[in-house]
Amino acid sequence: MSTALDTPSSDTLGEINKYDFRTDSPAVFKARKGIDAEIVTQISEMKKEPAWMRDFRLKSLEIFESKPMPSWGGRLGIDFQDIFYYLKPTEQQGKTWEEVPDAIKQTFDRLGIPEAERKFLAGVKAQFESEVVYGSLQEDLAKKGVIFTDTDTAVREHSDLLREYFGTVIPPTDNKFAALNSAVWSGGSFIYVPKGVKIEFPLQAYFRINAESMGQFERTLIIVDEGAHVHYVEGCTAPMYSTESLHSAVVEVIVKKHGRCRYTTIQNWANNIYNLVTKRAMAYEGALMEWIDGNLGSQLTMKYPAVYLMEPGARGEILSIAFASAGQHQDAGAKIVHAAPRTSGRIVSKSISKNGGRASYRGLVKVEPGAKKSKSSVVCDALILDDKSRSDTYPYIEIEEQDVTIGHEASVSKIGEEQLFYLMSRGLSEAEASTMIVGGFIEPLVKELPMEYAVEMNKLIQLQMEGSVG
Amino acid sequence: MTTPADDTIAGQHLVIKGLHVAVEGQEILKGVDLTIGRGEVHALMGPNGSGKSTLGYAIMGHPSYEVTAGSIELVQADGSRLDVLAMEPDERARAGIFLAFQRPMSIPGVRVADFLRHAVTNVRNPDRKEGQELMPMREFRDELKKKMAELSMDPEFARRYVNDGFSGGEMKRAEILQLAMLRPKFAILDETDSGLDADAVRLASQSIAQIGSGGSPGGAEMGILIITHHEQLLEHNIPLRTHVMLGGRIVESGGPELAAELHKKGYERIRAAYPEAAAAEKAMEESRAEVTSA
Repeated sequence: MSTALDTPSSDTLGEINKYDFRTDSPAVFKARKGIDAEIVTQISEMKKEPAWMRDFRLKSLEIFESKPMPSWGGRLGIDFQDIFYYLKPTEQQGKTWEEVPDAIKQTFDRLGIPEAERKFLAGVKAQFESEVVYGSLQEDLAKKGVIFTDTDTAVREHSDLLREYFGTVIPPTDNKFAALNSAVWSGGSFIYVPKGVKIEFPLQAYFRINAESMGQFERTLIIVDEGAHVHYVEGCTAPMYSTESLHSAVVEVIVKKHGRCRYTTIQNWANNIYNLVTKRAMAYEGALMEWIDGNLGSQLTMKYPAVYLMEPGARGEILSIAFASAGQHQDAGAKIVHAAPRTSGRIVSKSISKNGGRASYRGLVKVEPGAKKSKSSVVCDALILDDKSRSDTYPYIEIEEQDVTIGHEASVSKIGEEQLFYLMSRGLSEAEASTMIVGGFIEPLVKELPMEYAVEMNKLIQLQMEGSVG
Repeated sequence: MTTPADDTIAGQHLVIKGLHVAVEGQEILKGVDLTIGRGEVHALMGPNGSGKSTLGYAIMGHPSYEVTAGSIELVQADGSRLDVLAMEPDERARAGIFLAFQRPMSIPGVRVADFLRHAVTNVRNPDRKEGQELMPMREFRDELKKKMAELSMDPEFARRYVNDGFSGGEMKRAEILQLAMLRPKFAILDETDSGLDADAVRLASQSIAQIGSGGSPGGAEMGILIITHHEQLLEHNIPLRTHVMLGGRIVESGGPELAAELHKKGYERIRAAYPEAAAAEKAMEESRAEVTSA
């Protein structure tokens, strides 16, 4: 098998699925299957956490147990007692790739992470199962006071800062899966960007599930101080197993006055992963929060990145792409809450369904009383590639203020016989023509991605189009 | 890899025999015979609804146009015959057939240059497998730039999305650009002059003549079937034969003077001379009216 690094050019359609491989990497510690107070306490002890965090976890477990499963969205056939909640892959985190155990290092080599780090990233975190196994940050950023570490380390080393914000944007009571994450969370990124510091290159985290029946529950907290800028990128993959795995993250972002945060996700989970993620940002005066969300793979994704516009002039943008193929349900969307005057929000959602896949847009625009002169627009376009596939739209709009501008557009189209014929009459095969039409459909979003990720995104779409993603 | 320019022109023909074509169960073409030699220009005229565009679509292989009888073959220089009807539309394109659409489709998000690079690569390497290298970017860019300059097109055009938001004239010019880049052996131009003003038609006529000649004055690279209601497009493309279609059949063929006559005087003489075809035309019109009113 070749490595990811010599993967053919982006023109290639016939590429094998480079994400579907397993690494033989024995864990140094694996908690028994299932979830209860003993497991939660064990995780906290393994991490040598302070009492407040252990108590937070145990309280969250109670909330998790008391909340019913969501009755909307997709079909959730999860047996919570048949999952490993904590798997420690290595004793310590590497500061160089040489310090990372070989088998794990090979995994990230094949995913192209060290190469990307050398080329265009300001910092990297690589998480394997439950723990971050590698971390780096450019020295000059560290000198300016930028913190980019895994959340476990932050609990120990930046506890005052972390404790001030942790669980404030998404409390454990928010929903069942936020409560679950709060009880068993492990890994994830903690970022603090000090006042006025503008980070030019992206910070990236890569989340890899390798083991079967594994639950990955990373917890990310980003604090962008006044006037600061950051672009954070996350990638997620897992190999294909016969049993289901669960990925349930919580991501909290705080963007202070005139700060900017762009959070880009490109995930390509194996088709038996339940991906149930809560992502929310608070944007303050004049701040800008952008979620760019590419959802491929998984059995069921339920994810609705949110922006709460808390102070005047705050802006929120959410751009999302979902691709649902055979056996997949992408229930994805966005949520923008206007809680202050002159705030603006924009949601652009594009979904593609193919081979019996189902893509749903579920979104909420809420304008609270007093959020005068606020503007919000929602555009959702769905492309259905065949008669077996399905697309639904659930747009919720709650307006409690008169003086606002709200726009909503939705379109559903089928890939047209006439478009296919036109392209084929120019020598393109049917497969090439479909891929080109789909590529054009998502182009408005892909062009927002940094070049490297745009190439990756196009490659993933090509793989989906030829159905070689298992 | 062979390019059309390497081939011997002589002896190559697009041969259509007894072609019957139905759309949604209704027969539109009722036995069309037409032979076009490579290097020849033919004009196809006829009233609206007579089946001219249907012939173009059938030659290109549109899935909604069902060939119920007859044959379309490509006769090669060595005398061998390719069965066009057995080919998918993309295979027909790779075999050297081109249709300039009367109403081209827009493909939002796909840039003209990216689309054309795929198309040119496939048509020039008919055996290319999916996933194999595209034509080198630099080589492609240079050629595209040159062709666009020859057609007086703004280079910015290559970065626009295919036919998306194009004016009628821009669409037609984009079709001519594709013709120039793909260099087919046989081209069907379906009302490439409609929607253009007089100056634009003149430019189109010159461009087509130049492309058809393979760039050398007096050369004859392409066999061209020009579907038109007007004479102007023929100004620089004098047809060897002019064919008149009525009621789904070619009822009369002549020289360039026939095109001039039809343009001036219309189809009354033709209808009178071929009452059976005129009756078929009427019947087709009536059944179309029924479909619309139903």
